[in-house]
Amino acid sequence: MTTPSTNPAKPATSVPALLKTAFVNALIALVLFSLMIGIRTEAGSSGQLTYWTRFGDLASIVAAVFGGSIVIELLRQWIGPTGAEKLVPPAVQSGISFIGRYLAPALLIFTLLVPVIFYNQRYILDLAILVLTYVMLGWGLNVVVGLAGLLDLGYVAFYAVGAYSYALLATNFGWSFWVCLPLAGILAAFWGVLLGFPVLRLRGDYLAIVTLAFGEIIRLVIINWQDLTGGPNGVSGIPRPSFFGIPLDNSDDGLAAWLHIEYSTTHRIVFLFYLILALALLTNWATIRLRRLPIGRAWEALREDEVACRALGINTTTTKLTAFATGAMFGGFAGAFFATRQGFISPESFTFQESALVLAIVVLGGMGSQLGVALSALAMIGGFELFRSLEGYRMLVFGMAMVLIMIWRPRGLIGHRAPTVFLTKAKAISSDLVKEGHG
Amino acid sequence: MSGDKILNVDRLAMRFGGIVAVQDLSFAAERKKITALIGPNGAGKTTVFNCITGFYKPSGGAIRLTHDGRTIALERLNDFNIAKQAKVARTFQNIRLFPGMTALENLMVAQHNALMRASGFTFLGLIGAPGYRDAEKRAIDLATDWLKRVNLLDRADDAAGNFAYGDQRRLEIARAMCTEPALLCLDEPAAGLNARESAALSELLLSIRDDLGTSILLIEHDMSVVMEISDHIVVMDHGVKIAEGTPREVRDDPKVIAAYLGADEEEAAAVMEGGS
Repeated sequence: MTTPSTNPAKPATSVPALLKTAFVNALIALVLFSLMIGIRTEAGSSGQLTYWTRFGDLASIVAAVFGGSIVIELLRQWIGPTGAEKLVPPAVQSGISFIGRYLAPALLIFTLLVPVIFYNQRYILDLAILVLTYVMLGWGLNVVVGLAGLLDLGYVAFYAVGAYSYALLATNFGWSFWVCLPLAGILAAFWGVLLGFPVLRLRGDYLAIVTLAFGEIIRLVIINWQDLTGGPNGVSGIPRPSFFGIPLDNSDDGLAAWLHIEYSTTHRIVFLFYLILALALLTNWATIRLRRLPIGRAWEALREDEVACRALGINTTTTKLTAFATGAMFGGFAGAFFATRQGFISPESFTFQESALVLAIVVLGGMGSQLGVALSALAMIGGFELFRSLEGYRMLVFGMAMVLIMIWRPRGLIGHRAPTVFLTKAKAISSDLVKEGHG
Repeated sequence: MSGDKILNVDRLAMRFGGIVAVQDLSFAAERKKITALIGPNGAGKTTVFNCITGFYKPSGGAIRLTHDGRTIALERLNDFNIAKQAKVARTFQNIRLFPGMTALENLMVAQHNALMRASGFTFLGLIGAPGYRDAEKRAIDLATDWLKRVNLLDRADDAAGNFAYGDQRRLEIARAMCTEPALLCLDEPAAGLNARESAALSELLLSIRDDLGTSILLIEHDMSVVMEISDHIVVMDHGVKIAEGTPREVRDDPKVIAAYLGADEEEAAAVMEGGS
């Protein structure tokens, strides 16, 4: 390593190489878009094929790719993944670490105050509940993917089990939410173990495929078992949660009457907000706690090296099963919450896309990092809403943002691992050393 | 040979399809002694190790471990149960640490089974029962003790993946010892070490034998280490035992010399006749 120069961006960039990259990218864009954008085809008035050329648009797209790839290449060399930290001045670094230390408590305090600040903005409260649901799902999946290193593409199955458990128990037997919530978690964990037994001898890609199939099987069973689940029509009329037995409605024995305040529908939203916040924080607390227990260390050791685990007398099968069951249980809790919030559930809410979204949240956040998962859930769900004004370009902007983050932070937003035990000083471990696990 | 045997390997055989890796191998390892398994490359030493530690299921033969008055048939146990119940710990030829975890965490994972019991299989630990906190403190003490022994105490909180090669080797031995084994199996512990590090390793292994009374079985190519520390040597070639005895006996055995010099069978026979 040579001594870092004052302006490291310039010597790293050679103009011909830059232009060559940009030219190649522009050429690829030209080939790709020449048919898609260059020629527009449509059915004419009498059904014949009409077409016209749009070479102007094509030229501007190719030019944009050319310019864009120069800009991206410059940005990459300026704040690229290689030696990125070294380029940041120490003052900024200490600033970042200062923010890092107080970011989590600040976020928590802000989250607690959200219903107070945005009391009259129903849209923001609904969005906050949605974000928190995904934070909880992300934290739940983080146990399986981030800690134990088991790639689970069917996490939504446990979300569905939790949701249907509550919906069916509440509508058929009239059981209260607070009785059904633990049951939903236990049932989801049970299904997690049931799935785990046959498939956990598989590794990596094979495990991913089987879990994906399991997610689809659960959805198809729900669609086709019409007697029990109502099939595609779903379950409606799911009871709203009560404040530990006191209903949140306009009746004489409702919470509003009981507290002698005027009834408002926002009460229920605020209650739901604090309910999911409490559930999410329970997930977080349990995960942080479990990481420092032997079982959590065994999960992480499993992600690092399964053979070494067995040589140390760790039963890898039960260790994997507990990770699967724990993750599934939190998914089940979140599912029960989802059912009581919506009041109506149908198989459409539990498609593969949901699994992919939750997995994207975990990967983007930095596998294993609790704060990272929370931030990425906020960015993915909140950010997606933020781009709503862009209408048709929403997906494009969102996709570009994802690509940029993956260029700059290939190991996720929070890319280092905190040790679970230390003798003198806890030092963060660089993500380069931490394994991703292979099932 | 007389003496107290901790490990008895009786007519062990291991075949992979049509390939015979180990055939009719019998030997014993004495308690509180260092037994070395040597032989040219491809002799089947690591296969024997994998059979003893349960990573392979032997095609035939018996492996008996006698410890605390119990005799355990290792060939019937799963790999993790061999470490958990039979108290056999091992290291690997290509080091297998948990690179993203600190040295201390590596040693804590090694104490998993004891800590799991202390944490009431997670439930007591989750609610923060004092019994578990004491057990964890003892586990940290044991880990600290081992970090001291292998001279890595000042690096306790560094990621194991960042360690130099020799340090990783020593940490892996410390990790195996943290399972408090009756028999420690080391697969080429001196591979890739320089002369000074090899000497330190010999010292460490002798102290494990003498101070802790742990029996050691090792595979090694570094003859200076083998000859210096071994109490008993078993020599293998082409999957069969060709000689065994004290370091001195083995060193002078013509069959061993022939195997190591790569002589063919006729030449070896000639050397044998000439030698005896």
